[in-house]
Amino acid sequence: MQSLSNKRKVVSDKKMTLAERIYLPAVFGGMWITFKHLFRKNNTLKYPEEQRVFAPVYRGMHVLKRDEEGRENCTACGLCAVACPAEAITMVAAEREPGEEHLYREEKYAESYEINMLRCIFCGLCEEACPKEAIFLTDRIVPTEFERDEFIYGKDMLVESLDHRIDITKRQHTGKRSAI
Amino acid sequence: MVKVTIDDIQIEVEEGTTILNAARQIGGDVVPPAMCFYSKLPGTGGKCRTCLVEVAAGSEKDPRPMPKLVASCSTPVMDGMVVKNKTSERVHENRGGIVEFLLINHPLDCPICDQAGECHLQDLGFEHGKSATRYKEKRRTFDPITIGNKIKLHMNRCILCYRCVAVANQLTDKRVHGVLHRGDHAEISTYIENAIENDFSGNMIDVCPVGALTDKTFRFKSRVWFLKPMEASCSCSKCSGKAVVWMFGNEIYRVTARKDKYGEVESNEDGKTAWICNECRFDKKDASKWSIEGPRTINRHSVISQNLYTSDRKITDKKLN
Repeated sequence: MQSLSNKRKVVSDKKMTLAERIYLPAVFGGMWITFKHLFRKNNTLKYPEEQRVFAPVYRGMHVLKRDEEGRENCTACGLCAVACPAEAITMVAAEREPGEEHLYREEKYAESYEINMLRCIFCGLCEEACPKEAIFLTDRIVPTEFERDEFIYGKDMLVESLDHRIDITKRQHTGKRSAI
Repeated sequence: MVKVTIDDIQIEVEEGTTILNAARQIGGDVVPPAMCFYSKLPGTGGKCRTCLVEVAAGSEKDPRPMPKLVASCSTPVMDGMVVKNKTSERVHENRGGIVEFLLINHPLDCPICDQAGECHLQDLGFEHGKSATRYKEKRRTFDPITIGNKIKLHMNRCILCYRCVAVANQLTDKRVHGVLHRGDHAEISTYIENAIENDFSGNMIDVCPVGALTDKTFRFKSRVWFLKPMEASCSCSKCSGKAVVWMFGNEIYRVTARKDKYGEVESNEDGKTAWICNECRFDKKDASKWSIEGPRTINRHSVISQNLYTSDRKITDKKLN
């Protein structure tokens, strides 16, 4: 039959020559190729000593931002959860009590906010859906764990701490509000 | 019977029908939106100006066009009247202005508001509104108050449509709330925070086109698009017992009346409006007290249909909510 791909090779069982039979030229040929690679540029990084520079739009672990006064931006509107194609986000809303104005920006806040990092596909649709500039994907990498339930990140993992703010200005500043 | 043409569609309606009702008899795109008019509550309408339409020819006898746009909810049709709604550039432009007016004092707190997803002002703003506001002055603000023990009033969000006042007037025997003050100072109030305790007072939550009156038992519990609306009925001595229960798993989060595509409470077989009583609305949150008939048909353009509960949707021709 006519070959369609033109890649078909006819297998032959012709008698090998002496050089082919002692294999040594082929062995040295292979070793020469290996030797040549020693002087090539290295493609791998010695992680974690060396770290690769991420693109400004890299989508890694999420952060729930606070505003200038340290109040949580998230108001548990549920738009991230409805936008999430992997259904990774769940939340429970609660009403802000009088006296908690320094903690939460709006009168409703997320009492619990969970992202299942095993379900998350890091598409960034939650960030796009967020009307309050609360959730952002950062250049941090989700660390490996041994247990499955450790991948369900609650507010303790997601909300940025007051003294260790996560800078997203260069990457995802939308210009709607001055971000920290 | 009189002949009227709305957006080049001719229809014969009974004398005395308003333009809006004539348009609703045609249905579809030609129906002007209405924020204050509620067909089940006589006396409503004429306040929000959302339903303004252009009358290109007044009647057969006097075919001059009306100089100004008219409120279709309170203007009766005349024989040979030619009305333009969708086809009129003027109407479209004016409606944008009306939306801007309605949004002057309306806060942009849809992410917080429980009405988001089924709010008529949200739909109207989405269709006709501008993406930015020109309003620079301070908005009027009120603290949310509790009227009765089950209803929360956010006066900030109120657009003063007077629907809830009509509910109180027509469904309850003793009205204890109304609109106080005038103009910019107008507000819905019970005056000295008088409790609203009548059995049917909860229906004002259903008629509210915005999130000004909300169910306290559902307050911030969930978002409508995470819940599954199911048609359910119960035997109730006070009301028809026909309602929609909004479920999450096997739990009932809230109970509302059944609403048609105009957001109005549906009628029963006997022609009466299926208002539900406060006991059914606020206290029956136990799924065993309801007999669940099946899922409610939700318009696929509604955000409520985003809740991914699609597999067991009832297939009917009804287009609701």
